[in-house]
Parts: sequence; structure tokens; C-alpha cells
Amino acid sequence: MKIRIRGGRVIDPANGVDAETDVYIDGERIVALGRKPPRFTAARDIDAGGRIVCPGFVDLAAHLREPGYEHKATIASELGAAAAGGFTTVCCTPDTAPVVDTPAVVELIHQRARGVRGARVRCIGALTHGLGGEVLAEMQALKNIGCVAVSNVGRPIRDTNVLRNALAYASTLGLTVLLEAEDPWLGARGVMHEGATSTRIGLAGIPAAAETIGLARDLVLLGETGARAHFRTLSCAQAVSYLRDARKRGLHVSADVGIAHLHLVDEDIANHDAHYHVRPPLRSTRDRDALRRALARRQLDALTAHHQPHDADAKAGPFGASAPGISGFDTFLPLALELVEAGAIELAALVDACAVAPARILDLPAGTLGLGAVADVCVFDPAACWTASPATLLSQGHNTPFMGRELRGRVTHTIVGGRLVHALDD
Amino acid sequence: MAATPIQLDEHGRLRHFLTIENLPRELLVEILDHAERFTVVGDRAVKKVPLLRGRTVVNLFFEPSTRTRTTFELAAKRLSADVMNLNIEASATRKGESLSDTLRTLEAMDTDMFVVRHQDSGAPEFIARQVAPGVSVINAGDGRHAHPTQAMLDVFTIRRHKPAFEDLRVAIVGDITHSRVARSEIHALKILGVPDIRVVGPKTLLPTAIESLGVGVFHDLDEGIAGVDVVIMLRLQQERMQSALLPSGHEYFHTYGLTPARLKRAARDAIVMHPGPINRGVEIDSAVADGHQSVILQQVTHGIAVRMAVMSMVLGSHAQAA
Repeated sequence: MKIRIRGGRVIDPANGVDAETDVYIDGERIVALGRKPPRFTAARDIDAGGRIVCPGFVDLAAHLREPGYEHKATIASELGAAAAGGFTTVCCTPDTAPVVDTPAVVELIHQRARGVRGARVRCIGALTHGLGGEVLAEMQALKNIGCVAVSNVGRPIRDTNVLRNALAYASTLGLTVLLEAEDPWLGARGVMHEGATSTRIGLAGIPAAAETIGLARDLVLLGETGARAHFRTLSCAQAVSYLRDARKRGLHVSADVGIAHLHLVDEDIANHDAHYHVRPPLRSTRDRDALRRALARRQLDALTAHHQPHDADAKAGPFGASAPGISGFDTFLPLALELVEAGAIELAALVDACAVAPARILDLPAGTLGLGAVADVCVFDPAACWTASPATLLSQGHNTPFMGRELRGRVTHTIVGGRLVHALDD
Repeated sequence: MAATPIQLDEHGRLRHFLTIENLPRELLVEILDHAERFTVVGDRAVKKVPLLRGRTVVNLFFEPSTRTRTTFELAAKRLSADVMNLNIEASATRKGESLSDTLRTLEAMDTDMFVVRHQDSGAPEFIARQVAPGVSVINAGDGRHAHPTQAMLDVFTIRRHKPAFEDLRVAIVGDITHSRVARSEIHALKILGVPDIRVVGPKTLLPTAIESLGVGVFHDLDEGIAGVDVVIMLRLQQERMQSALLPSGHEYFHTYGLTPARLKRAARDAIVMHPGPINRGVEIDSAVADGHQSVILQQVTHGIAVRMAVMSMVLGSHAQAA
């Protein structure tokens, strides 16, 4: 199908574009920017006046819950929600049941995603068999079937020797490893950031040291093995400086931050509300501000939704007994735009962090509106106001502390591989 | 912030009793004054008043307790309420029933009040947000968060011996990190205007940034209790040794146990308190626990009057609203 996106402000950081212009799509690719190609008749003309046109967002690690936890979310529900949130590619985590540690599970996910009107899915394979942290997963087979990375998501490997071997093996195959920096002992009992608030409301704390010690350990092993790694959702200021030092030493590492961690802090955990329960935990105001600065300076590469949908029961209980995680796709864009509004980051840098950088980190053919590129496009209205409510959220998981919040900024159109998968005005 | 607006109704009266934090001073004084009137009930031949006749109180205990549950039960009975004791720790939740489901089942039995003890911080408030409009929740201890009736009976006991809160020095000694009692006591003492509140313990048992609650921090017992009017000793749980927070009960007693010799450092007329049950020879020497400065048993007696006061105030606020 031929699509013209007319009159929007096109922000394409990969090609240094920030201008009011038209985008022409033919088939699955972008065929022109600005001047209409000869004999081009648009079957679909999208009026983007007053709107932003940018490469579709790429989420590095979202929990889609299928197979195994369909009571929380399904591939279809979440890929739809992702598209409505401006995401065109979603990398799904291997912590399903069964775990994504065999080609069969990857095939199942691909099959379930086929025909879904939504974002494209890419699988992250398990780093160890069953995420058990003991036996290496068959990473070559996972790579062959299309896994874009490997990870022991949600269950950081305790045994340093196993981790070292896993990194070395992944590196042999040229696979990027997604790591979560957490010392398994310091983090074991805690449920929120250790500080004055955890002391006051009587919840067991996770010290910032749990993250920095985990990070330091992993960085040493990355230096030894030469593995390429990406750190998922760093949460504290100190971690950012460790990362900076490691890069100065020439380590090939990248890192992201979750959108909630740029907005919320431990003090927000009023009345033990389980919707604020997330891991890594919401940290201090100082940490949040440092994360914002690091993202703006591009020391943190990517911004993610840290999407973890849950069923209502998972959050229906006291904080410590609830499952951690926030459903992030639906509110991602307006929360990200609030950062621009607050002067914390430039809009072009934000698009870079949401689309360009994550594509680069996993070598995905995305994050660009260049000529001939796959047409993954997001069109949004930065001024559109709406309220997060059970009726407006598309994710099956309604677990968000932003429920009821007035939001500004909404995706109007999402195009995945030249196919219009989301259109708000329809 | 941590204000728990749901515990007060629109007229500022107590609807639930979940935490001491952010309650107005007048309300705490009202509870104490109320409790003062109820102390005489226990001295009568017929130890009953008809204030809660026809009301149903359910003691919902997700964690074992003898003392707290018994005094709540006695308090409810002296107010002429019907009382039901449910120890859930071994039953429903183990069978996979959720907290909300347990609650709905009990509510269907037309309960007026739940007295809740739970191992998770925030559980009573979670329940309070779920119950029907006419139903009240009293926190009988949640995780490390709060134990407001214990704190009120402690300040009640203090007031009987030392009525001038504005001149008091109070030391709380022991495992502050895991103590809901300590947290609630600190809030109560602060609100009532006690100028010098100290916490005393090894760094492993004092939580991060405890000074942000407005207390002085001491690691040396002799320094910490020097000149104080009230010494509150906390119970040391055996499992603290397993999680590498302390080497042994023996060493703890040597360093932080309250002995007659050490008690001499406090003011001459200092009182010694303990929320119980006490570990003799671990946090407190028998000679102190049974000595003339100890008010530990008075605390238990006062617990009934204070709980009667809280229960009648909470259900009274409904009666007036209805």
C-alpha cells in the first residue's frame, strides 16, 4: 500500500532530519522524504499537521507473558498496546512458561504474533537452561531461529563461574547479552529502595549497593570475556558512573532506563500501594535526577517502557506480597514527553533514546526513516490530552501507578513494515 | 505523603486505627483520657460496659500472637461485643485463598470490626480500603510498619508515671529495624511532645536513616540510657542470629542487655518497659524485669483499657455518623 504522511514535523535523528516535510511509503519501505516520487498516488493520506513523525519506538525487553501467563497478558493484546503506544518493534523476554530456551518456543511466539495487528516481535532467548542459572541454554539454536539477544531476565545468575562461561559462550556466537545488575544476596529480602522511606513505612530495603555490586561484578567479567552486553533498567546514580568508567576503559556496554524510574521515587510509595512495586525499585530523588541527566547526555543509551503487565490479583494485596512490575506501553509516550516539557531532554534526543539507540544496540533494521528503510513509523500529537483509565489502556495489564493521571501526548498512527497497524482517528 | 486519610472520617473522628503517624495530638490525648476511664471497669465485680452490645468483632490474625490477641478479645468482651478469633496463618491463605477473598467471606457474616495482625507491612490498610463503609479495621501489628495500640498503651503507661511529656527523655533499645512497636512508639512520643527520644542498638539492628524520624542514635547502651526517664527494651528474635545480624544472644546480652548495674545510668526514678514477651537473659536481666522500676505487667493491664478506648471510639464514630 502507498501511504503519504503529510505536513508533520519529521524527526529522524539517524539521518539528522528535523523538518516539516512529507514521508512517502510504498510497500514495506520508505521511498521518499519531502518531494513526491513520480507516479505516486497515495492509497492512504495521513494528515500529520501539528504532529510529530518519527521512527517507531523499539522496546528492548518487554514481558508479553505468553506462553504460560495468558491470565496476565497475551502476545496479541500487548503487541496491540505497544503499537498504540508508538512501538513498532518489541523484544520479548524469555521468562515465559515454558521458558524461551528452545527453538520450538520461539516458533510458537512467532506463530502467535503472525496476523496480529500490532508491533513486530523479536525474541530474547534464555541465557541458561530454564533460566536456572546452572546449565547454558542452546544459544546457537536460539540464534538460528531468530533470537536477537540472550538473557537470564528476572533471575540474575548467582554463580560467578556460570555467568563467566555464559558470557564467554554468547560472545563466541556474537550474541548480545541482556543483563540485570543485582547482587543476589543484598537484594534478596528487600522490596523497595533502602532509605528514609523504607525505614518509615517499614518495608525491607534493597540498598543501591545491590545494583552497583552486581554491575561491578558483571563489568569485570565483560572485560575478561569480551562479551557484548546491555544493562537493563539501571536505577541508581552510582551505577551510571560505573558504566561511564567502564566505557572509558573501552568496554562495549550499553544500558537503558525504564520510564517509571524517571518519574517516580521511593517517597511516592504512599500507603504501601502495590502499584509502585517494581524491580529494580524506585529510588531516591537524587537517583532519579541523575538518571534523567544521564539519559539527556546519552550516557544511558535507551529509554524503555519496562513493560510488565499483571492480572489484578497480582497487585491485590500488601506491597511486599505483590508481584513487581508496571504495565508501561500505554503511558510511555506522554510520560516521555513530560521529560521534554520539563526541559530534561531535547525531543530529538528522546526519539534517539526510544528508537535509534535500541535498534543499534541489538543491530535491528529499525530506528530510521532513511530512504529504502523498512517503514516503521510513529505519528503522534504532542498536545492531545487524555486520561489513563481502564477504558483507555489497551494493555491487558492495568497495573500502573499512573492510573487516573491526566496525560498529554498521544500516538495517532503507527506503521509497521509499511502496514498501518494503529490509527486513532479511525 | 504517608498521611493515611482513610483512618479519619470527615469530622476528624477515628474510623480505622492503622498507624499513629500524622494523627493529631488531641486525638492521642483523647484515646489516653478515654482509656483512663476504662481502667476502673477492670476493678469492678462485673467487668462489663454495654457500649458495643450487639456488635461483632473479628480478630483476624495472620501471624501468631497470644498477648495482643487475648487483650483485644478481653477488651471487646468488656465492651459487650461478640468476638470471633480467626487464626488464618495456617488455614485459608495457605490453601491459595487471597486476602480479598478471605475478607469478603468474613464480611458476609456482618462483621462490624476487624482487628488485623499480618506479617506484611500495609496489610491492615489494604483491608481498610476494601471493607464496606460501616466496617472498621484496627491494626494489631503489620510487618515492620506499625503497632499503634501497643504504642498507645506504652504512652498510657508512661503518662501514669511521668505525666509531663515535654520534659521526658526516652530510650528505645534493641532491634529497631524489624520493630513495628518502635516505629509506632517514636511517632506517638513525637506527637505528644517528648523532646528527647533515643534509639540504641548495633548498626545491624538500626534501619537506614532512622534519624530522619527525629530520634537520637546511640550504639552504646551506657551512653544511650544516661539520664533517661523511660527505658523501653525490645524483644530480640532468635532468627536475627541466623541472618548474620548478631553473633549470639550471649554477646547481645553482654553488650545491650539491661542489668541492674546499667540501669543505674538512667534517671533514679526511671521506669523500664517491654512490649513482651520478654527474653530473660537476652535483652533484659530478670532482676530488672521483676524489679521495682519495671512496669511491664502494668503495660499488659493498660493494654485492655487502651484497646477498649480505641474500639469504642472507632465504632462510636460510626454510631454517630449513622
